[in-house]
Amino acid sequence: MAALYTPTILDHCANPRNFGTLDPYSVSHEDENSLCGDRIRVDLRISGDAIDAIRFSGTGCAISIAASSILSEIVDGRHLSDIATLTADDLLAELGITLTSSRLACALLGLNVIHAAIASHSRHLVTVA
Amino acid sequence: MTATVPTTTLDAVALRSQFLILSQTHNGFPITYLDSAASSQKPQAVIDAIRDYYERDNANVHRGVYSLSERATDAFEHARASVARFLGVADSSQIIFTRNTSESINIVAQSWGRSFLRPGDIIVTTVMEHHSNIVPWQIVARETGARLEYIGVTDNGYLKLDDLDRHLASGRVRLVACCHVSNMTGTINPIDQIIARAHDAGALALVDGAQAAPHFPVDLTTLDPDFYALSGHKMCAPMGIGVLYGRRELLESMPPFLTGGSMIRQVGLHESTWAPLPDKFEAGTPDVAGAIGLGAACDYLQQIGLDAIHAHEAALTTYAWQQLSSMPNLTTYGPPPVDRGGVIAFNLAGIHPHDVGSILDQDAVCVRAGHHCTQPLHARFGISASTRASFYLYNTEEDVDRLIRAIRTTLRVFGKAV
Repeated sequence: MAALYTPTILDHCANPRNFGTLDPYSVSHEDENSLCGDRIRVDLRISGDAIDAIRFSGTGCAISIAASSILSEIVDGRHLSDIATLTADDLLAELGITLTSSRLACALLGLNVIHAAIASHSRHLVTVA
Repeated sequence: MTATVPTTTLDAVALRSQFLILSQTHNGFPITYLDSAASSQKPQAVIDAIRDYYERDNANVHRGVYSLSERATDAFEHARASVARFLGVADSSQIIFTRNTSESINIVAQSWGRSFLRPGDIIVTTVMEHHSNIVPWQIVARETGARLEYIGVTDNGYLKLDDLDRHLASGRVRLVACCHVSNMTGTINPIDQIIARAHDAGALALVDGAQAAPHFPVDLTTLDPDFYALSGHKMCAPMGIGVLYGRRELLESMPPFLTGGSMIRQVGLHESTWAPLPDKFEAGTPDVAGAIGLGAACDYLQQIGLDAIHAHEAALTTYAWQQLSSMPNLTTYGPPPVDRGGVIAFNLAGIHPHDVGSILDQDAVCVRAGHHCTQPLHARFGISASTRASFYLYNTEEDVDRLIRAIRTTLRVFGKAV
């Protein structure tokens, strides 16, 4: 069996944590891997300078969904400044798998979306009541 | 289901030994290369031809009067003649060497399109096209005020020729651009009918032959398109060499695409005149080694016989199709084997093509996962991506067996019924 598809990855793919949307949300951001069609949206509810709630949605390969699921558990309740310093290497260490260059983008899509969401929040974009 | 492989005249196992790259293993498995639709492997004869050129005959072409340069020029033009013969073209000056199919189509769109398209003119293309036969037309339509219209695709992956007739009836269609074989559904289009209908309505016909010319006999004198494009790297030749065939009067009426060296007759300070065909469309130093590789590939394929290659692929495609289409959690796209080339795109229920491709890779099965440069076609089927297996002369029944086994493994990994 592929070394990529560990029980953890398969579990997070079949039962993604924090999957869904938030209403209301403080900020929402969406992005895709145009090469393969992975598309992840992240909704954040921010209280003070910490994430109060996170949901992610979208479609994509097992790696992108599982990585987003694992990431959502990591960032829930964390300070925005902590999350901003969360690196690709940190996430890959959490995933516990070795990725080829073509699958790295899948794993990092959720992280990129969360970073972009936090960045746009800090630029004071419109909040949805 | 027990599928039967019809016998073919091709000794694929013997041919396979001419492709050194196919003798490698990955994770202890022999490589099962099922991505020739993306790029084909090269036989030793083609590699030797390129090496021999650089070791023995290399010099710039059309330039010098010394013997070495004349040998280079002869080799280059001999390659062009091989390509012309391969395509059933009598006049090799109608064979323009380009970088690939994309560049060939861009040349027609920019050189013919910008000169001859007027506001309100219509270009017709199809929903099943590779992006290379869509985007250049979008650009030139925007530049000239022409309109882009589409031939739709049925649920089974056939072109809706009624759409073509409807567009042609407007009397404004100037060019119909269509693939000979789809790189996703594998559909072999009735290109002779499409060309005839276009001509009857006074329109030109450009055919993307990238997935056709490598796989079955193509005779452009009989087919009579106005333009035909192909890529060398999909037909056992190196990457970086392609062909644009055009009708002589058309090519002569078109302004050059890239300009500069080689394509001129006279250069003054403020005006220049153009060289005759094919040089007018081959600016700068060409990919001589690539052309020689392509010529060698044409000879190689003709020696095996394109009919034999086609029959071999049809047998493998049928064998694969029978098994894939009987699997409960697998959807194939496109027509049955009788109407398709050696390309099968499919999806496993609830499993992303990237995951399929990665798990297949663990067993050294090489397939392509993604949108295959056919986003509109994928959107037509309501999907964003698919997995694609494609066959060529060096594939065997065993390759299909390994593909099916690896697909079953993938289904099991995700807990699906096989």
